[in-house]
Amino acid sequence: MGERLLMKGAEALAEAAIRAGAQIFFGYPITPQNETPEYFSRRMPELGRKYVQAESEVASINMVYGAASTGTRVITSSSSPGISLMQEGFSYIGNSDVPCVVVNVMRGGPGLGNIAPAQADYFQATKGGGHGDYHSIVLAPHTVQEQCDLMYDAFELAEKYRIMVVVLSDGLLGQMMEPVEFKDWVDVSKLKTPDWAIVGKGDRPRNLITSFNLDPEGLEKMNLALQEKYKKIAENETRYELFMMDDAEYALTGFGTVARIMKTTVKMLREKGIKAGLIRPITVWPFPYKVYEEFADKVKFFLDVEMNEGQMLEDVKLGVNGKKPVQFYGRFGGVVPTAEEIYKAFRLHLGGC
Amino acid sequence: MKLIYKAPETFTKKPTTYCPGCTHGIAHRIISELLEEMDLVKKAVIIWPVGCAVFGYDFIDTDAAVAAHGRACAMATGIKRAHPESFVITYQGDGDLASIGMAETVHAAARGELITTIFINNGNFGMTGGQMAPTTLIGQVTTTSPYGRKPEVSGFPIHVAEMLATLDGPAYIARASLDSPQHINQAKNFIRKAFKAQLLGLGYSLVELVSTCPTNWKMTPVESLERVRKEVLPVFPIGEFRVVKGVE
Repeated sequence: MGERLLMKGAEALAEAAIRAGAQIFFGYPITPQNETPEYFSRRMPELGRKYVQAESEVASINMVYGAASTGTRVITSSSSPGISLMQEGFSYIGNSDVPCVVVNVMRGGPGLGNIAPAQADYFQATKGGGHGDYHSIVLAPHTVQEQCDLMYDAFELAEKYRIMVVVLSDGLLGQMMEPVEFKDWVDVSKLKTPDWAIVGKGDRPRNLITSFNLDPEGLEKMNLALQEKYKKIAENETRYELFMMDDAEYALTGFGTVARIMKTTVKMLREKGIKAGLIRPITVWPFPYKVYEEFADKVKFFLDVEMNEGQMLEDVKLGVNGKKPVQFYGRFGGVVPTAEEIYKAFRLHLGGC
Repeated sequence: MKLIYKAPETFTKKPTTYCPGCTHGIAHRIISELLEEMDLVKKAVIIWPVGCAVFGYDFIDTDAAVAAHGRACAMATGIKRAHPESFVITYQGDGDLASIGMAETVHAAARGELITTIFINNGNFGMTGGQMAPTTLIGQVTTTSPYGRKPEVSGFPIHVAEMLATLDGPAYIARASLDSPQHINQAKNFIRKAFKAQLLGLGYSLVELVSTCPTNWKMTPVESLERVRKEVLPVFPIGEFRVVKGVE
């Protein structure tokens, strides 16, 4: 760990990606993450690395697809409507087994929506979004610091599993300033071109990057291989944080920005003598179902809070599996709930129990 | 006996999947010959399109990728920028390049990406069954212009080579035809210059190849070649439209 800097989230994540070894960035501006491509456009040339502003999000994700096919550490960032345009590329990347990192600084939707922080892209990020049976690893940070730390993990996981890793941020984490400490620089001179990369065949047999297979049984095999990979990832890479859950009688749960606010709510409840705690998924795909199953035997009820209509709620319920009630509180359209508001929602459900 | 003509080694032995009389095979052969003549086989990466040529990687033995509909130039941009030592070619049809992928094509050209596009113009969407393309001629019957293409309904054919030649990014833009031995030799000469433009770092290059689609045109191979000469070339004339200094 080195210097401690006060940085805006959207810039800090770019600096973290650079230190984590990002060699090339492709992107297209969209609020509230414009500081990210702007930062890359300044920093990448300084370090002899590359930055290209694409003509659209459709083009930028396909540029990412190309660069990823050469085994180069590549990243793009966008926000909700831009991410929608990238879904075609995500699906192709998913079935081509190439590694890359995508940051989604979520904003209010649907449609043009607004530029305020929201969490309504949970389904899109965790359930595919593009066509076909595919997944990406989805990391959901709740502070600027965690967003930076996860950037290193994002590249490593992407390469380990040859998969796309999404860092699911939002307008709040993108626009707020917080002190951050960066991990050490990745020594990019040690990054090797993988043997599957398409960079010209030289003296080996040719390599091919494709998501295509006309033979149904052949394509089924490709799909089965993907499912095997996803199973392995779910077994080995599922992450979550437990906050004051040791003796908890009530479990609050949420991801990203909301979970950060909920930590304050948990403290407020504890001050009133209510034994509440927080389960915070860090990987929202793969989702930590088991931890909910475990706590279903220990707590009286769960309260899930999200800045959407209850998209993660479905996964929480799958984990709890009907053993205990799962309540929900949500705000839409870029409204960020306060700790007090969540406290009130909790008291309401407590009264109803 | 003296061997005077043989298949290029990079052109694999695998039988092609193209219809009789289709000119994809000629285009493939020209590319293979030039990759060998210019010593580019080991560093070539070809981006194959959706459509009939999607299996191109089975016929030309280089590193390869298959792009999404129309996105070949974006994918090629990513490959070339990430790995500039590669020699990058996109091989695209008229639906792929001039319809769904027009933005990616124009902007790759405008940026002067150091990639080369081989653009097969056969006036319709071949693999999906002969629907109207941006290059379909006025009056031409296709499965989605059953009364013949009418400008008031579907607009006019897009002249890709001429349009891209107005940009500053391309180093070489030309249109050739694959209807006769003379024209095939000229096409090879044009593609050689396009490859040279990339090798010398002069800018984007594209060669449009006026091609046939006997199956969807519902013609014999010979009739298709006659149609190219009589109907297509008057609308899509062959020639060089942009040649920057150093390419010639």
